[in-house]
Amino acid sequence: MSPEIIRLILAATGETLLMVAISGVLGTLFGLPLGVFLATSGKGELFAAPWVNSVLGVIVNAARSTPFIILVVAIIPFTRLIAGTSIGTNAAIVPLTVAATPFIARLIEGAIREVDQGLIEAARAFGASPLQIVLKVLIPEALPGIVLGLTLAAVSLIGYSAMVGAVGGGGLGDLGIRYGYQRFMPEMMLAVVVVLIILVQAVQSLGDRLARRLNKRIRHA
Amino acid sequence: MNAQLGNLSDPGLQRLVPAEAIVRLEGVSKAYASRDGTPVPALDGINLAVPQGSVLGVIGRSGAGKSTLIRLVNGLEKPTSGRVIVDGADIAALPESALRHARRSIGMIFQHFNLLSSRTAAENVALPLEVAGYDKAAIRARVDELLALVGLADKRDRYPSELSGGQKQRVGIARALATKPKVLLSDEATSALDPETTRSILDLLSRINAELGLTILLITHEMAVIRSIAREVAVIDGGRIVEQGDVFDVFTRPQHEVTRTFLADETGRALPPYVAERLRAEASPGSQAVIRIGFRGPHATDPVLARLARDLNIETNILAGSVDEIAGRPCGTLVVGVPQASLTKTLDFLNKHDLDTEVLGHVS
Repeated sequence: MSPEIIRLILAATGETLLMVAISGVLGTLFGLPLGVFLATSGKGELFAAPWVNSVLGVIVNAARSTPFIILVVAIIPFTRLIAGTSIGTNAAIVPLTVAATPFIARLIEGAIREVDQGLIEAARAFGASPLQIVLKVLIPEALPGIVLGLTLAAVSLIGYSAMVGAVGGGGLGDLGIRYGYQRFMPEMMLAVVVVLIILVQAVQSLGDRLARRLNKRIRHA
Repeated sequence: MNAQLGNLSDPGLQRLVPAEAIVRLEGVSKAYASRDGTPVPALDGINLAVPQGSVLGVIGRSGAGKSTLIRLVNGLEKPTSGRVIVDGADIAALPESALRHARRSIGMIFQHFNLLSSRTAAENVALPLEVAGYDKAAIRARVDELLALVGLADKRDRYPSELSGGQKQRVGIARALATKPKVLLSDEATSALDPETTRSILDLLSRINAELGLTILLITHEMAVIRSIAREVAVIDGGRIVEQGDVFDVFTRPQHEVTRTFLADETGRALPPYVAERLRAEASPGSQAVIRIGFRGPHATDPVLARLARDLNIETNILAGSVDEIAGRPCGTLVVGVPQASLTKTLDFLNKHDLDTEVLGHVS
């Protein structure tokens, strides 16, 4: 491989990591409260607001059922409003965040719902407020599940980030399409795929290890 | 004496309730909305008073309403009607923030312990104190004190997954006591434990009751729990209290059918199968009458059968029996067979000696 190819791959890997990291962090920032609310606002729950819960549920489902490539194009005006442009790595972060937020919210909702209802009852019994229950009981108890969910989200974002290449988003996917496919450079395509595989493996095993460390439910040797 | 055993739903009997009750349920009913909107009654006209410093056990089958009853006391459930007074405050009428504050003086322990798996024993005990806003130093001191009280000082940094069931319940007890409550609610706290561990947890609760003067209200479906720890018992069935009173009285002279069913499992009360099979309601020529004799208090250890043989020359046939201690007082049950001809004389003799008798039937 020529130094030129290596330089291109390194730059694209940096772009991908940047997009995934920023949209992952922003998606968690928006998705965590949304997920907690979805998990606790059903009928008879801590922040019972069944009507708001249903509406949010429908919006989240709608966002999640829109194919990512369509979402990217559909929200171009919004992207321009936020990022000032609709092309490039920075612009790509906007649709990635919009896609990640409802996905992360659902994953966090699932993790929170796994927490034993008895713990909520115990916390209410010793006088904890709903907010204290969320912060001191639900999130700490759901943390291993939340970490696994965020790992899954990060892996999906690596996949999504390859698609934003279609709108000039940069990153590994863009590189693979433009050089590997359009200029017919199979070695470039192969290199891109290998780097993506390594990235996904690294993210997944990191997440698994962290979740295992946080999980005190099983005895560790 | 027997008047106290009656149904306290009777307004005339409420005068017997001690004035210094720390928990009082007055005419409490609770109904849940079913799927189609019609109310399903869970509790119906409950009157219950738990005197300060006492241990009151509520026993009932599953679905009898005992779980709803105990949750009314700390406001986890709201009554449909009636009042729930704890330490002078009407729990059901308190606004949410005042209720949270009131809950600090009502500890609760659970069948499945409900400990946070992500926190160590010490951190679990610290949680109610963190919630109540204590500073770090005060929390640390209190947690050490509590873990020592429940005998787990050496397990402070263990996670619940590293503890046995009994140890988990001890952490649960320490957590429930953290904010120095006046009342402890026990929701089937020993139902998930083996008999030996149950024993040690009940001993701990008795000790806490005696040493800290903590009032304990417990619900259970096991008579063994009631007899070893409670001084007063309420029997609940179909959402109503059907019998209530001193544990010794209720155990030795059960009035209600449900209470008898619970007691049937107790040793010495059940007839051995070979007697039960042959038991008939009517006497026949040459048959023996089967009598259950209840010994209570000071008479429990009297050699009454020996006297019966000596004084009246009546020979009895012992079929089943036990001598035991309930709420610290001796009591016993004997099931004996006596010749049909001597039945009246035997009953007279036994009743004269102030023993409870019940003719169960006849065997040929």
